[in-house]
Amino acid sequence: MLQLLHLKKYYATQKAVDDISFTVPQGSIFGLLGPNGAGKSSILRMVTGITMPDEGQILFNQVPFNMVKHSGLIGYMPEERGLYKKMKIGEQVLYLAQLKGLSKQDALAKIKYWFQKLEMESWWNKKVEDLSKGMSQKLQFVTTVLHQPKLLILDEPFSGLDPVNSEVIKNEIFELAKQGTTIIFSTHRMEQVEEICQHIVLINQGKIILEGQVPEIKQRFKLGEYKLVVDGNLEPFTKFIHSNNGNEFVLRFEDKKEYRQVLQYCLDHQFDILNFNEILPSLHEIFIQEVEGTAGRKFDR
Amino acid sequence: MNKILLIIKREYLSRVKKKSFLITTLLIPLLTSGLISTVIYFASTTEQKQLISVYDESGVFTQKIKGNSSFQIQYVNLGLDEKIDTVLSRTNADIFLHIYPFKNNQPDSFILYKNGGVSLIAKEYINDELTNIFQVKQMQDAGINKLQIDSIHKSTILVKSYNLDNHQETSSEIASVIGYVMGFLIYIIIFIYGAGVMRGVMEEKTNRIAEVIISSVRPFELMMGKIIGIAFVGLTQFSLWFILLLLFKVALPLFIPSLQPAMPMAMAGMANVHDTMQVISQSENAKMYATIMGQNWGLIIGCFLFYFLGGYFLYAAMFAAVGSLVNEDPQEAQQLTLPITMPIIFGFIIMASTVKDPNSSLALFGSMFPLTSPIVMLARIPYDVPTWQIIVSMALLVLGFLLMTWLSAKIYRTGILMYGKKVTWKEVIKWLKYH
Repeated sequence: MLQLLHLKKYYATQKAVDDISFTVPQGSIFGLLGPNGAGKSSILRMVTGITMPDEGQILFNQVPFNMVKHSGLIGYMPEERGLYKKMKIGEQVLYLAQLKGLSKQDALAKIKYWFQKLEMESWWNKKVEDLSKGMSQKLQFVTTVLHQPKLLILDEPFSGLDPVNSEVIKNEIFELAKQGTTIIFSTHRMEQVEEICQHIVLINQGKIILEGQVPEIKQRFKLGEYKLVVDGNLEPFTKFIHSNNGNEFVLRFEDKKEYRQVLQYCLDHQFDILNFNEILPSLHEIFIQEVEGTAGRKFDR
Repeated sequence: MNKILLIIKREYLSRVKKKSFLITTLLIPLLTSGLISTVIYFASTTEQKQLISVYDESGVFTQKIKGNSSFQIQYVNLGLDEKIDTVLSRTNADIFLHIYPFKNNQPDSFILYKNGGVSLIAKEYINDELTNIFQVKQMQDAGINKLQIDSIHKSTILVKSYNLDNHQETSSEIASVIGYVMGFLIYIIIFIYGAGVMRGVMEEKTNRIAEVIISSVRPFELMMGKIIGIAFVGLTQFSLWFILLLLFKVALPLFIPSLQPAMPMAMAGMANVHDTMQVISQSENAKMYATIMGQNWGLIIGCFLFYFLGGYFLYAAMFAAVGSLVNEDPQEAQQLTLPITMPIIFGFIIMASTVKDPNSSLALFGSMFPLTSPIVMLARIPYDVPTWQIIVSMALLVLGFLLMTWLSAKIYRTGILMYGKKVTWKEVIKWLKYH
């Protein structure tokens, strides 16, 4: 769907995007992750045609990206949300949809569909300044997806949303993905990424530091830790015990033989095994670990 | 192209539909006509005359100072040991003039007394009267008789001017008033609508909607859409004012017939051209109407529209660029607009001298230089500017507008996405070099 090839963008004092290449597969939910100031927004602005890369190329469906040709296929929700505060909501959504190339009738029909779906019918004659923050987030989401973009770019889509509305938007994202929309989801909130994304790229200081499928990355970074909740005593295996809290043990093994030994021991002594599972690192932990190690983070401190 | 039309439409409708648009459109002619009526009212009501008590020790001026519509003169004597303080109340006068005895046949001292400061008008009036009387006395002393003196006073010279192009009598006074009014209008327009563009851009930037929109359209389209949309707002407002003015002109004499002859006088007075007032006497009203009507109004209105649009587009692009640099802080906007407001004010100053001397080299420069020509050229137009100068000036204005729009668009597309940081002009110049 989207290919970034050796993308570079420099500002006066810094390399905001420094030779970044990755591919967003068709129909995937793709996470673009990184701490504040990593270069996420700079990449997204180039992908949406708002700014031009200094070097490198963006391919959209295998052809060079052209804003005039492709802008109608892209939906972009920037991190800094923006709507005309004094304009009536209905007129505003219609205007933004028409700018994306929809005809008036088509736009009106789609607005009706979305407003009904998200229970916003009464909003038509209101102004954005009358809405709460969460409500205007919802409105912004609708304006972004209304023209049925093939590529949906969401920069921090959940910031400012309460849990209920977060859930609503999350379900919409899943549904759009099911219908074949490719979604780029940019954030620094890792728990959301784990829930939503299949594929991620982690960038820091304008460079990619990690890339891949979420389960595969977790496997790559696992420490060989297991959680065992057992009604008994593991005295012979103190060398494996990483931490323990009552009958809950965190064990660290070099290979699978070792945990079989432990389990066998428990079975032999007829201990009740209440829980046994592998501990995979959360993306949050991987993120912290990877970002902490880099030069920029040390400099920050 | 379709998208820029959408933007123009939104910019236009969102402004025209606002209540404030309707209110200002109706209120400004009302306020203007109210102001004119007030001026006429005060001009036509005679204020109470001030009484001046004169104590003439020289004897030269006794019974010779004439009163006028504002001042009445009475001659008094000062009692022995009477203090000046008491003279005013004793003689019921507002002002007391003390003329001291001549020394060696030459005037010595003339002093005006009043409770709380003598007005400039009173002082000038007395000064003129006394000077006249003394001059007459000197002429009489030199042996010139009264008849001769009267004839000297009556002899004035009136210069007329003819335009060789159309063999019509020209009126510099009327031309200067028309020129002044036109130049002033353009000056106001650039400020009002230019600032409107700037506010619109600032709104889009601080609302962060700019980023959403320029993911759909090019920044240049957004900027031009806004500028053109607001130009239509301006044209709409002017058409409405024009219609209102016509209605007003038709309706006013029906209600207040007595105001009719005073109108042009008051308007000339408002334009603050004193010289004009002295020359045009009431009896010349008819002639003045003829001269006004005899102006080449087709050219004037055509040029007005051209320079209105040209000047507006030139400055609107600059205002848009500045608007894109501002970060929510209105004070910042004020500082950043300084480089724009300077040439406008400069143009206004040149215009003020142009109406007096429309063919000076400063006026010529001002009417050619694109940043000042919309204001200055309009002040020259009623004086019959050579056609080639108008063409060159218009061509330069179009070139200036294209260049300025090109530069402004470069600043705008970077500035509109630049949040939080205060921008320096040095950085802005760097942006101009981006491809």
